Amino acid sequence: MIEIKNVSKVFKGEKSDVHAVSNVSLTIRDGEIFGIIGFSGAGKSTLVRCINLLERPTSGEVLIDGQDITKISARELRSARKKIGMIFQHFNLMPSRNVFDNVAYALKGSGKSKNEIREKVRELLKTVEMADKETAYPSQLSGGQKQRVAIARALANDPKILLCDESTSALDPQTTKQILNLLKKLNQVLGITTVVITHEMAVVKELCDRVAVMDHGKVIEQGETFSVFANPKEPLTKAFIATTSNLKKIHELIAENSPAIALKPGEIIAKLSYTERSVSEPLISTISQKFGIVLNVIFADIDFIQGSPIGGTVGIFSGEREKITQAIQYLIEKNVFVEVIKDERSA
Amino acid sequence: MSEALEKIMPNVMADPERFWDSVLATLEMTAWSGCIMFVLGLFFGVILTVTRDGGILKQRAVHQILDKLVNLFRSIPFVIFIAILLPVTKAIMGTKIGVRGVIVPLVAASVFFFARQVETALAGVDPGLIEAAESMGKSPINIIFTVYLHESVAALSRGTTITLINLIGLTAMAGYVGAGGLGDYAITWGYNYGHTDVIWVSVLAIVVIVTVIQCIGGLIAKKATH
Repeated sequence: MIEIKNVSKVFKGEKSDVHAVSNVSLTIRDGEIFGIIGFSGAGKSTLVRCINLLERPTSGEVLIDGQDITKISARELRSARKKIGMIFQHFNLMPSRNVFDNVAYALKGSGKSKNEIREKVRELLKTVEMADKETAYPSQLSGGQKQRVAIARALANDPKILLCDESTSALDPQTTKQILNLLKKLNQVLGITTVVITHEMAVVKELCDRVAVMDHGKVIEQGETFSVFANPKEPLTKAFIATTSNLKKIHELIAENSPAIALKPGEIIAKLSYTERSVSEPLISTISQKFGIVLNVIFADIDFIQGSPIGGTVGIFSGEREKITQAIQYLIEKNVFVEVIKDERSA
Repeated sequence: MSEALEKIMPNVMADPERFWDSVLATLEMTAWSGCIMFVLGLFFGVILTVTRDGGILKQRAVHQILDKLVNLFRSIPFVIFIAILLPVTKAIMGTKIGVRGVIVPLVAASVFFFARQVETALAGVDPGLIEAAESMGKSPINIIFTVYLHESVAALSRGTTITLINLIGLTAMAGYVGAGGLGDYAITWGYNYGHTDVIWVSVLAIVVIVTVIQCIGGLIAKKATH
């Protein structure tokens, strides 16, 4: 378990001090994938560096399995770091060493014999599906391959924690997906506690069990990924979520008075958002049959987070005024969040 | 063959022994001072790098003092070094003259220049690599050898080449303390007597030495780059 308690980091500046991290407290449970999202400059990279003390907090405690690592000696810190793997945005592989030597580097001085190191490195490279590139140099690898080698290196000393600092930000979407799948697999197979720093909500959506949203050095919102996506509280969280959804386009269409959403009298446009984990009924066909209304779907954006569907639908409801009201009532009872965007049911 | 050479460079061939002795003296001075300069310069360059702000062994005072010292020593001309270091040379080498007498001033005049070359070379190491090594629990001393020095072999090789070639230039002035060498040969046996061939042969010999050093340096740099 990682417990970050009241951690602050202040960088002394020429003119004024920069409060990169202000009084952050977080608990990251064993075996979970924890996401920290924020725009650049939000302090998330500094915060994650406080976990292995690449940045020493100005104040506060960092407890790893109950041990405050800000209070241990340099030697103890070095052995603690061996149990905390880290991967980076720009991979940070040593250009003068080939793939094998890059991974073996992490094992030097671990007391293992040459043969043991060779075996371990081969096993690690197999895990990240890079066994055939043993003698290649980093300059000969693609970004995704480099990150795989970096992951193998980070896992060399069998760490309990893996810190990922924007580890997919320099990769294309397809490679990102592969790396995320690999991280997910490692988490499941090895049970390694994974902390993911990112500015992409899609990464959080894909990977994380829980998420914290950071802004100006503070954690402004945190919780299970599903709940945060379903019920974002802070405007910034909503903005991040909006980047992964196309439902917001309805507001653009309304603003430009698009003919696609021209309403006849008696019709309404409503946005239905699924905010509970229980949406499994065919709600739309149910309400159109049950209340005899017509529902014309304009947008739908349904995704799966932690195995539950999330997202929503924007549609035009037409039918008898009374029936529409009943249908909406029914949806609300089913825990669907209904937002009427445009109403042409003149009184 | 020998007759042809005697025709082209009569004054050199009049005493070829003297020419070869000069080549040997130049090589000897360059090799000795080069080796000492390399070790000390590497040491100072590393210290400059790791003790600076944000370095892995940040020591503000050490960095400031060394930085100023390097600037100070780099501004002293070589001839003055020979003069002011005479007592030091005597104390260390037991003599003030000959090849042994010139090594101390040669080292003093080149080591701080080389320290700057090392500093520049190490500055070219991606800070991300240092961070990665730290995150793996490597100690600062380990990082100096396995990351800073290991990852900058190409740049260090280029810096060493430049410094060694400068050093050869400096050995030309070694005649001041009777250390001989090609520079001394070209002036005393060439210029002073109006022996143009001696001057040209000396220059040619230096060009050859410089080219060889440049080639070796380039080869090492190329081998270390992947």
